[in-house]
Amino acid sequence: MFFGIEWDTSSQWAFAVSIFPILLHGLVVTLEATVVGFFIALLLGLVLAALKSAPTRFVRWPAKVVTEFIRDTPLLIQLFFLFYVLPEFGLTLPAFLTGALALGVQYSAYTSEVYRGGLEAVAKGQREAARALNLAPARTFTHVILPQAIPRIIPALGNYLVSIMKDVPVLSVVTVLEMLGVAKIIGDRTGGYLIPISMVGGLYLIMTIVASLGVRYLDTHLPKRGLSLK
Amino acid sequence: MEWTSYLAPLSQGAWVTVQLTVYSTILGGLFAFLFGLGKLSHNPLVKGFSVAYIEIFRGTSLLVQLFWIYFALPLIGQAIGIDLRFPPVAAGVAALALNIGAYGAEVVRGAVQAVPKEQYEAATALNFTSRKRLWRITLPQAIPEMMPTFGNLAVQNLKDTALVSLISLGDMAFRAEQIRNFTQDSVTVYTLVLFMYFGMALVVTAIMKLLERYVGRWRAAGR
Repeated sequence: MFFGIEWDTSSQWAFAVSIFPILLHGLVVTLEATVVGFFIALLLGLVLAALKSAPTRFVRWPAKVVTEFIRDTPLLIQLFFLFYVLPEFGLTLPAFLTGALALGVQYSAYTSEVYRGGLEAVAKGQREAARALNLAPARTFTHVILPQAIPRIIPALGNYLVSIMKDVPVLSVVTVLEMLGVAKIIGDRTGGYLIPISMVGGLYLIMTIVASLGVRYLDTHLPKRGLSLK
Repeated sequence: MEWTSYLAPLSQGAWVTVQLTVYSTILGGLFAFLFGLGKLSHNPLVKGFSVAYIEIFRGTSLLVQLFWIYFALPLIGQAIGIDLRFPPVAAGVAALALNIGAYGAEVVRGAVQAVPKEQYEAATALNFTSRKRLWRITLPQAIPEMMPTFGNLAVQNLKDTALVSLISLGDMAFRAEQIRNFTQDSVTVYTLVLFMYFGMALVVTAIMKLLERYVGRWRAAGR
């Protein structure tokens, strides 16, 4: 029994049917962790991207090193680090939030590069034209650069959303009951790993295929010449 | 306890991490070429199999694949009467290589497709056999284009090896967890391990850059 739902081991089929609602409980946690982690990554990435384009190199360089460090070290170790080290500094978060924070930190390194790449990909002539038209720098950014950068940024961020979803199972090591962790526990208790883990694989496949169709739709349907922000 | 006393067990683990990274990156590279070219095959069977492989291993989580190979596959073996119980090292290398190979296969496919069509036409006009066309014309031009992404994938693979500690393989992440259990000194241990992974990633990046420069000479002149 798990989440108050009994499983039925009378036949393989009955077992698969009976554990499906249990896995769905785990699926909800997986999706929650994905969304929370993604939002942390979006915000932290924005901070990192801003620091990396700071006017002084005393800010730029450390920000670049930090990004590289985050990107080159495993999520699992970062997760353990946050899980065991934060409490020593008096910050005790629930396991779920620690996990989402670890996902957010890891992927902030990637999202910061997406922001930077998207902004830099806007043709140089656009900035020059804005300058020639005597637009203030802030207005150039919000009305010229940003509308053209956003259609490039969104699909790339979508790909990282899918990647975050695939990394959520790592959170099971700090007792977050996401889908794979739930399947593993069902396997531990019944001795039948094959069906629950295969079902998790199948559910992941469905989710990533749907998500990548969504990303492709965004990629082809966002206006390439710029998004009107009005 | 002094942090230097952690170095001996951690470097033992580091050696396992290095071996896992090397084996799975090489094997993954092989899968990448095999299935990347397979996806471009005109044989529907080869193409279908390659597409299925790429979609399955890119579309599911690495940890799901690792657990499936380590925990679920032996049960299939039991049902059909073959011993499919792999030691953790083999299961780890297999999962890592299959996973990174699927990502690499898409890179190979993209780079091969990006070789200009005139190159194929010229090779055909010069009466190259299709095998010779692949080895002499397509791959030498496609491989340099793959290298920057392969570099990222190699670092990705190094980071992914940390997950094999979850099937009780004694890599660096596993040793770190052991030391933490023993000493409760989590700040020192995990800081140390983070920097060791970072150092390894820098080495991997440097090696891939050297490789990139080496194969760069295959690029057709004037392009």
